[in-house]
Amino acid sequence: MNDLPILSLSIWVPIVAGILVLCTGSDKNASSARWLALLGSIAGFAVTVPLYLGFDMQYGGFQFVERLTWIPAFNIDYHLGVDGIAVPLILLTSFTTVIVVIAGWEVIQKRVAQYMASFLIMSGIMIGVFAALDAILYYIFWEAMLIPMFLVIGVWGGPNRVYATIKFFLYTLLGSLLMLVAFIYLYHQSGTFEIAEYYRMPLALNVQIWIFIAFFLAFAVKIPMWPVHTWLPDAHVEAPTGGSVVLAAIALKLGGYSFLRFAMPITPDAAHYLSGFMITLSLIAVVYIALVALVQKDMKKLIAYSSISHMGFVTLGFFLFNPLGMEGAMVQMISHGFISSAMFLCVGVLYDRMHSRQIADYGGVANSMPIFTAFVVLFAMANSGLPGTSGFVGEFMVILGSIQVNFWYAFLAATTLITGAAYTLWMIKRVYYGEVANPQVAALKDINRREFFILGLLAILVLGFGIYPQPITEMTHATVNQLLDHLALSKLPPL
Amino acid sequence: MNVLSLDLMTALPEIVVLVMAMFILLLDLFLKPSNRFLIYVLTQLTLLGAAAITILTHSTTVTDAFNGMFVDDPLADGLKLAIYLATSVTLIYSRAYISLRGMFRGEFYALVLFSTLGMMIMVSGQHFLTLYMGLELLSLCLYALVALDRDNPSSTEAAMKYFVLGALASGMLLYGMSMLYGVTGNLNITGVAEALLNGAPDHGVLILGLVFIVAGLAFKLGAAPFQMWVPDVYHGSPTVVTLFIGSATKIAAFAMVVRLLIQAMFVLTADWQGMLVIMAVLSMVIGNIAAIAQTNIKRMLAYSTISHIGFLLLGFLSASLNGYASATFYILSYVLMTLAGFGIILLLSRQGFEADRLEDLKGLNQRKPWYAFLMLLVMFSMAGIPPTLGFYAKFTVLQAALQAGFTVLVVFAVIMALIGAFYYLRVVKYMYFDEAEDHSPITAPVDMKLVLSVNAIGLLILGMLPQRFMDACAYAIIHSIQ
Repeated sequence: MNDLPILSLSIWVPIVAGILVLCTGSDKNASSARWLALLGSIAGFAVTVPLYLGFDMQYGGFQFVERLTWIPAFNIDYHLGVDGIAVPLILLTSFTTVIVVIAGWEVIQKRVAQYMASFLIMSGIMIGVFAALDAILYYIFWEAMLIPMFLVIGVWGGPNRVYATIKFFLYTLLGSLLMLVAFIYLYHQSGTFEIAEYYRMPLALNVQIWIFIAFFLAFAVKIPMWPVHTWLPDAHVEAPTGGSVVLAAIALKLGGYSFLRFAMPITPDAAHYLSGFMITLSLIAVVYIALVALVQKDMKKLIAYSSISHMGFVTLGFFLFNPLGMEGAMVQMISHGFISSAMFLCVGVLYDRMHSRQIADYGGVANSMPIFTAFVVLFAMANSGLPGTSGFVGEFMVILGSIQVNFWYAFLAATTLITGAAYTLWMIKRVYYGEVANPQVAALKDINRREFFILGLLAILVLGFGIYPQPITEMTHATVNQLLDHLALSKLPPL
Repeated sequence: MNVLSLDLMTALPEIVVLVMAMFILLLDLFLKPSNRFLIYVLTQLTLLGAAAITILTHSTTVTDAFNGMFVDDPLADGLKLAIYLATSVTLIYSRAYISLRGMFRGEFYALVLFSTLGMMIMVSGQHFLTLYMGLELLSLCLYALVALDRDNPSSTEAAMKYFVLGALASGMLLYGMSMLYGVTGNLNITGVAEALLNGAPDHGVLILGLVFIVAGLAFKLGAAPFQMWVPDVYHGSPTVVTLFIGSATKIAAFAMVVRLLIQAMFVLTADWQGMLVIMAVLSMVIGNIAAIAQTNIKRMLAYSTISHIGFLLLGFLSASLNGYASATFYILSYVLMTLAGFGIILLLSRQGFEADRLEDLKGLNQRKPWYAFLMLLVMFSMAGIPPTLGFYAKFTVLQAALQAGFTVLVVFAVIMALIGAFYYLRVVKYMYFDEAEDHSPITAPVDMKLVLSVNAIGLLILGMLPQRFMDACAYAIIHSIQ
C-alpha cells in the first residue's frame, strides 16, 4: 500500500477531475458537471483517507515521502511528505471540497462546470501546499491557489465582488512575494530549496529577524492577523457560499500551517525574540476583533470577524512555545474548519431563500424553519466555545497553555468566552427568534434533504471532536513535541 | 574547402534568407493577387529552411568567420531559432488580419524577411559595423512596416515618430562606437575586449562612449528613460507589426546587449552596472504605474513591455553567467507571452474592427471560454504567478540579482511586480467578471487557432516543466561567453 504515491494522488486526482469537469463545457451539461464534480471530490477524499490509516502516530518526522528531481539547475525537487500537522489539514481540505460541491448543487446555475472545476482544482492545489517539502514547490502551490479563488469570488460573488477579489489577490500576493525573496536568500545560503535543510541551517539573529518578517507578512495576511485582516471581511461578504467556506475552512489554515512549517522552525530565535509581538497581535485579534464582530449588521461579515478572532487563538497557541498551546492551536484550526464552514453554509441557506445577509431583514426564522434553526443553534454554541463541542477543546487548551506562561494572556484570551458568546448568540436572537419580521420570513421553507445532509454531517463532526478530540491530538502529538524540541535549540551560529 | 567557403557556410542561414527575400520581392511582381498565398507559404518555408540549416550547422563552440566580423556560437544559434519561431508564429497570426486590411502583399513578407535577416546579423555580429548594419537593416524595414497601412493616419504618425527617434538612437549608438574606436583602436568585439583588458588609456572618453552605447541600446530595448516611443508605436502600428516589434526584435536587441556590454565591455562592468540599475528601476516604475491608466490593450502591453525590460535588466546587472542565463530565459519567455497575448487580440479583431480596447475583452468567457482561458494564462504568466512560465522568468532574474547582492533592488522589483499584477488582473476581470456586450462570432483560420492554443498552453506546460528550457539558456550562455 505504501508503494502508491498517495500524496501525489491526493493532489492530482482532484485537479484532473476538475479538468474533466471543465470539459463538460457549457451549462447545457450542468447536471453531468455536477455529478462528475461530486464523483471527483469523493474520489479526492477517498485517496486522502490512507494518509490517516497508514500514518505512524509515534513518528514525528515526514511520512509518505515522494521525491523526484524537477529543476536540477536550481536544486528544486518535486518533494512531498507529511507529518502530524499536515495530515489533519489535508483531510479537512478534501472533506470540505465534498461539502462545497454538494452545497453548490442547485444554488449555482451559471457556469456550473467552471464553478465546480475551480473548487476541485483549488482542493488539489491546497493539498499541495500542505504536502510540499520543497520551498519552490510549496510557493507554486501557495500562489497558484490564488487564481481559482480570484475567479470564484469574481465570477460568482456579490455586487462588490471585483473590489473584494482584487483586494484579496493583491494583499496575498504582497506577502507571498516577500516570502519568495526570503526563499531565494535561503537558497543562496544553503544551495538548496529543501525545507528540512533550512531547519538545520544556522542563521544570525538579524538575518533571522528579516526572514521572519518576510514570512510573517505572507502568513499573517493569509491567517489573517490584525492589522492585515481587512481583506477577509470584504472577500467573505462578496464570495459565494462555497468560496467563503473554502476561505474560512482551509485558506486561513494555510497561513497557520505555514507558521509551523516555515517561520518558526527556520527562524526559531527570531520567533522567540518576537514572540511578545506575535502574542500581542494575537490577543488584539481575540479581544478587539471580537468587539468589532459584535457591531456587524451583515451576518457574513460577523462570521468573518469571528473567524479572525478565532484564528487569533491559533497564533496565540503557536507562540506560547508549549505543547498544550500548540496542540490546542491545531485542534482549534481543525475545529474552526468545521464550525466556520457550517456557519457560512447556514448563512448561505438563508441567503439563497431571501437574497439578503442583513441581520435587520430577519427575525423569527425559527418559526418557519425549525429544523434549520436547531442546527444553527448547535453551530452557534460551538462557535462560542460551549463545552461538548469542538470549539471548546481548542480554546480551552490554548487558554490552559497561556496560563502557564502568563496569567494575563490567559485572562485576555478567556474574554472570548464572553464576547464570542455575545456576538454569536445576539445574532441568533435577532435572526432566528423573536417576532416574525416580515411576510418573506414567514414564507420560508425549511431545509431540504441536501442541506440537511451537509449540515448534519458537520454537526456530527463538531460534536464528535468536541467529545473525543483524541484523533487530532494523537496525530499531532509526536510532531508537535519534535517541533518544540527543535524550537528550544538556538540556531545562532557559534561566535 | 577554402577559407571563404567555410565562412559562407557559417553564414548560410543569412544567405538563404537574403536570397529568398529578394526572390519573393521579384516573384510578387509576376503573381496574380489570387495566388499571393504562395508567397506566404514560401516565406514560412524560408524560415523553416533557415531553421533547419541553423540546426544542422550549429556549433558547440565559438566559430569566427569573415575575419572576426561574424560569429557562430550556441547563443547565436539559439537566439536565431527563437527569432525564426517568433517570426513564423507572427506570420501565422497575421495572415487573416492583413488580408482583411489590404496588406496581404509581397512587400509585407519581403520586409518581414529582410528584418529577420537584420536580426540574424545582429545576433551573429562580432564587429561594431556588422552589428550596426544588422540594426539598420532591421530598423529601416520596421519603419516601413509600421507605415504599411498607409491610409491610416495613426500608423503614419507612429512611423514618423519611430523613424525620428530611432534614427537618433542609432546615431547615439554609432557615436558611442566611434569613441570606443578612438580609445581602443579596434572595432572588433574581441579586439575591443582585449584592448580594454590591457588597460585603456583614456577612461573618461571610454565612459562617455559607454553612456552613448547604453542609451542607444536602451532605446532599442525600450527601457526607461528611453521608452517614449514604445506606447505610441505599439498603439499606432497595425497590430501584426506591433506583435513583430514586441516579440522577435526584442531578441535581437537582447543579443546586441550581450555582444556590446557583456562581450566587448565586460571590463567596464562596474560602470554599466550602475546605469542599468537606474534604468531597471525607472522602467519598472514607469512601465507598471503608467500601465494602470491605460484603456487600450496595445498601450497597456507597451507599458508592460517596458516593465518587463526592467526585469530583464535585473538579469544583466547581476553581471554573472547565472544572471545572463536568467536574462536569456526571461527574454525568450517574454517573447512567448507577447506572441500569445497579441495573438488573442488579433483573434478578436475582424473586418473594420480592432479589438484593442480593454472593453473589447468584456465577457470573453461567455463568448469563447477557451480563448478566455488562454488569455488568462497569458495574463497570469505576465504577472509572474505560478504555475506559469512567467513565474520562472521572474524567479530566475530575481535570484540572480539577489545573488549579486542587490537585495533592496530585488525587494523593490517585487513590489513593482505586485503593482503590475493589478492591471493584468483587470484584463481577467473584463473577460470573466463582466457581461459580454459584443456577441459577434469569433472566426479565425484553423492553423491560427491551433498555434495560439499551443502557444498559450505552452506557457502553462513550460511553467510546470521548465528545466529543459532553462538548461538550454544556461548552455547557450556558458558556451558562448568566456
